Formats: sequence, structure tokens, C-alpha cells
Amino acid sequence: MAPVPDSGARDRWQEELRRGPAREQPPTTISGQPVQPLYTPDLLPGFDYESDLGYPGQFPFARGVHAAMYRSQLWTMRQFAGFGTPRQTNARFRFLLEKGQTGLSTAFDLPTLMGLDSDDPHAEGEVGRLGVAVDTIEDVRQLYDGIDLDQVSVSLTINAPAIVVMAFVFAHAQDQGLDPRRLRGTTQNDILKEYHAQNEFIFPPEPSVRLVVDLIEFCTQHVPRWNPVSISGYHIREAGSTAVQELAFTLADGFHYVDQCLARGLRVDDFAPRLSFFFNAHNDLFEEVAKYRAARVLWADALRRRYGAQDEASCRLRFHAQTAGCSLQATQPEVNLVRVAYQALAAVLGGCQSLHTNSLDETLALPSEHAATLALRTQQVLAYETGVTNTVDPLGGSYFLEALAQRMRREATSYFERIDRLGGMIAAIEAGFFRREIGEASFAYQREVDAGRKVVVGVNAFQERDEMPIGLLVVDDAVEREQVAALRLVKERRDQADVRRVLDEVRRTALGRTNLMPTLLDAARARVTVGEVMTALADVFGRDKGAAIW
Amino acid sequence: MTLQPQPVRIILAKVGLDGHDRGIRVVARGLRDAGFHVIYAGLWQTPEAVVRAVADEDADWLGLSLLSGSHMTQVPRVLELLLRTDLGHVGVIVGGIIPPGDVPKLLELGVVRVFGPGTPLGEISDFLREQPRRVHD
Repeated sequence: MAPVPDSGARDRWQEELRRGPAREQPPTTISGQPVQPLYTPDLLPGFDYESDLGYPGQFPFARGVHAAMYRSQLWTMRQFAGFGTPRQTNARFRFLLEKGQTGLSTAFDLPTLMGLDSDDPHAEGEVGRLGVAVDTIEDVRQLYDGIDLDQVSVSLTINAPAIVVMAFVFAHAQDQGLDPRRLRGTTQNDILKEYHAQNEFIFPPEPSVRLVVDLIEFCTQHVPRWNPVSISGYHIREAGSTAVQELAFTLADGFHYVDQCLARGLRVDDFAPRLSFFFNAHNDLFEEVAKYRAARVLWADALRRRYGAQDEASCRLRFHAQTAGCSLQATQPEVNLVRVAYQALAAVLGGCQSLHTNSLDETLALPSEHAATLALRTQQVLAYETGVTNTVDPLGGSYFLEALAQRMRREATSYFERIDRLGGMIAAIEAGFFRREIGEASFAYQREVDAGRKVVVGVNAFQERDEMPIGLLVVDDAVEREQVAALRLVKERRDQADVRRVLDEVRRTALGRTNLMPTLLDAARARVTVGEVMTALADVFGRDKGAAIW
Repeated sequence: MTLQPQPVRIILAKVGLDGHDRGIRVVARGLRDAGFHVIYAGLWQTPEAVVRAVADEDADWLGLSLLSGSHMTQVPRVLELLLRTDLGHVGVIVGGIIPPGDVPKLLELGVVRVFGPGTPLGEISDFLREQPRRVHD
């Protein structure tokens, strides 16, 4: 790039800057990265378009994973939904599809996420509250009733018992006469981030990762259009990490899964194309766009150089984004609509393949129909009215963006090296490395907010005295009773001998090294419950109580 | 030589299945920095386990974090167990996602204060410091 001519102009600008008032705190991104007052070409020494940026749809995909991006196909508008009974969630799914949503995303309740049945004593008070309750294949049938799984792509946000629920889904699809090679969807199935952040783990890391690989292997062989894992940074960020930590820890998790799949004997080009990602879309717009950019380049680079991928598809980082739940506020909730709009813009400028926009009432409850509709409309306005979809990667070449992306790549690489020095992913988890990093970042952020150095509108600035209450969704207590009654019926009607036999088979397979999926498909048909399978697996794998690190 | 007063002892815990612990861990650090003796009981605690910890640690306060919507099942159970095991003097505070309509119900049941999302750390430590020492009579 040619140097900026007329040094007199630059000096004049700097002088004016020096003379003018400056804000008290030097500006940083929301993650604490210092931001210069102006970005000029000299901050990108040696920058060359062809080698440093390149073309969308080509390695290393800095500008996007497809040649035309939104000019040929918009991102999928995929709103996360689920509460109550499978019937209730099915109704919400249909409501959202009618409103113009283009893909489904399933939220499960806490007992299901933690591998417990609705009638488990530990599930009391929790059934159907944060997502849909799923105990057996019967629930999956009702959940997706009237929805063609080879026409509508479905995402399932489930981790520890992911392989069990997927057995229910695949068995159900089979019963519907659907060709598994035409099923499209995603299972989150990312257990590593549970140890870092979300805490929805049940077994220790190593057997848990085995289950992740079992599902990847099964899908690679039998359900080739399914994304068997959505390697997630969203939750890491929600737990309070910085943007660089989100970037680095997510990719490190990805590398670990690649390592494990290769150790299983799979060829990288057979499974890597279907590894997908899930990032947060937080407040600081340019930092987020830089983060996604850095992620694509780092992943592409690693897959080619470190793992020897030959297929370009293996190097292509596709991601779903969700606007930051942790940025939403309980005071003046309508302001959340504005936050979500800016965050969605960041995700789209960043080239996401799929997007969920949060509802304004989510600090207080699950989304009401009205709030859920507004969240979807936010995406539709973005897609059809703002013009940002008219060209690929509109921010490409911004000096600020490219400098920030380069910096984030360097910092993420430092993290990869630190994890390696600790002995790799599992050793780092056991050393509490990720939890401590995230804990420190979240505490530092809270300190900034409490001191007023980070302004949060409505919370530490621009507060309102009297607030208008908004209508909130309430999950009826009757849901639990209904679900437990339905489960009891299923248990009564099924063949008990079959159930016992298949659970023995689960334990036997878990002890060995064979893929669990075929056994779980049998289990699905025998109407075995999620809880029964998870208990059988816990008999073999043991339970991880989690370290009380704070 | 004057005796320093014993630091106020508070147990922080998550009851139920929800594992979202960002808030409670930040509160733990904040209270520690403010001079409290903090015991973090961790995740997935049953009401019974939490109350046992309160007894074992001779805690003055118990802080519960719930974001899962199950607070109207879990919190009353904890309060009831505290009373039954002669620990009624222990002050209970609650944080997390508590719909505004449920706050008065919790206060009526015996929760001393509910801290909603966005509460500055200083507000929690100031509040606890201002409270009279909870002594077992």
C-alpha cells in the first residue's frame, strides 16, 4: 500500500487531536483491546490484497465462506425455541415458520440437558421451564410433528445426552421413511465448552468426548448432510470471556475434536467439512466482525497446514451466531430490541450462515410471542431494508477491521501455544485454565461496569425511575404433571425385557470401543428414556461433580 | 491489643440443575474483596446439601443463585429446611432471574432480599454489612 502522502496533513490532524478534549478513559473495545483514534494504511505494513484478504469462497476465507454470500442466499433465520411439552413447542415452531423463520432450533429443558427424565426427583420444578422436555422417541415425534426433516433444517441445542436424543431423531426420521442422506440439521454436541463455561456435563471429559466423536463418525458415514457438532464460543462469551478468549478457546476445542476424530481413524476430509461453529454476536461491532474474520483464517490455516486437509470444504468455517444474551438488561427491556439489532448487524457484516436474535424480554423470561416476532422482524429488516446484503463483505479493507483481525489472530495463537504448554486440552481443563481465565475476565468486566467506566444504558446511566411492566411468558406448573403422566404411560406400554436387554447392551458397548449409535437406535425403538441411557453410561463412565472453582 | 471482629461468613450456592455460574462467581469474588469470608458450595446443590453446608460452616448468610425458573420450588424448600434444623437465624439472599411478580412472594417466605440482574457488587456488600449480626439465640 502507498504511504499516506503529505505528512503535513497528518501532523495537523494529530495536533488537533491533542488539543481537543479526550474522554477520561482511553477507548477500548468491550473486551479491553485499545482502539486507536484513526486507522491508516501504515498500521497494516505490507498488506497485500491478494495474499492477505483474497476472495470470498476461497482459502483462507477471510472475506466469507461462499463466493456470493448473501447475494445468492441469505443466512438462515433460525430462532431458538422450546418450552413446556413437545406439543407446545411444536406449536411455537409452526408459529415461527409462519412468521418467516427459515430453519428451526430446539431448546431443551434442564432435566433433558442434564440427562434426567421428567419424573426424576431432581427434575422437580424444572420440567419444561427453560426448554422442551424430551424423555423418549415419542416426545421427538410430537416435537417435530408436521415438520419434514428433509425439508426444514433443524438444530438441536443439546450436549451431554446429544447422542441419545439424536438416536431418537434419526430413528424417527427412519420411521417417517426419510432418506438419512437428505436430512439437514445440526446438533450442538460440543461437550468441551461445558467444562469451560456452561456446566452441562455429566461424565468426565474423556468419555464425553468419545460420545461426541461417535456422533461425528456416525453422521460422516450415514447422515452426510448433518452437522454433528456446533463448536461453540457463544457460551464461553456468555460466561464473561473476552472476544479473543471466545475465539481462541472455541478453535482450540475444534482442534481437539479433529485430533480425536483422526485418532479414531477417520480421514480429515471425510468429517471436517461438516464441523460447524457457533459464535456470540456481542455489542462491539468491529471487534465482532474482526473476530469472525480471524476465526475463518485461523481455522482454514490449521486445517490445511496442521491437519493436511486437501478438500477446501474441510477448511471452511461455517457458523451460526446468536446475539449476546448477557448484554440484555432487565431494566427498560425495550432497549434490548436496539442492542439486538446492532448485534445482528455485526453477525451479518461478519458473514454468519445462520442467526438467532434474542427477544427483548429474555432477561426476565422465555420469549413471549410478541417479543419473538419482533426478534425475527429484526433479522428481516436487516436482510431486506439495510442493503448490507448487496455486496459480499462490505467492511473488507477497512483499516480498523483488518488491523483488529490481525491482532486477534496473533492473540488467539498465543492462547493455542499456552494450551499446548499446559499439556493439551484435557490437561488444561483439569488444571482449571479456561475457567480461571473466563472468571477473571468476567470479574474485571463487572468492576468496570460498577465503576461506571463501562456504560450500560439504563443500568449505570440513563436510568428510569418508574418502569412500564411488560407481559411475560409463564410456563404452567401443569406442564410437569402432563409430561410425567405421558412418560408413565410410555413406560407402562413398552416391553420391559427389551428395555433391560438394550440397556445392558449400552453398558457393554460403552465399556468397549464400538460406536454407541447403533445400540442407541435400538434403545430409541424400545422406548428407552434419556435418563435410563445416561444412568447406564454413568455406571461405566462415572460422574464428574465439577470443581468449585471461582 | 484489640480483637478484630470475625469476618461475616457467607455461603454461595446454586440449587437445582442450572449450571450458569458467571453471576455467583463474580459475587463470590466481589464479596471476598469486600472482606467477607466466602464459601462457594458450587453447582447442582440439593436444598439438603446446602443447609448442611450452612450448618457445617457456621454461616451467617446464604446466597442462592437461580436462573432456571425453579426458584419457587427450590427456595421455599431451603427456607423450610433451615427452620427445621434450627438455622432460622441465617439470612437468605437470592439472585438470578426472578420475575418481578415472584419477588414479594419470596420475601414473604423469609428471603431477606432479592438482587436482580444488573445489581452492582457494592450494593450487595453494602447491604450485608448494614445488616445486624445474625446471632443464634
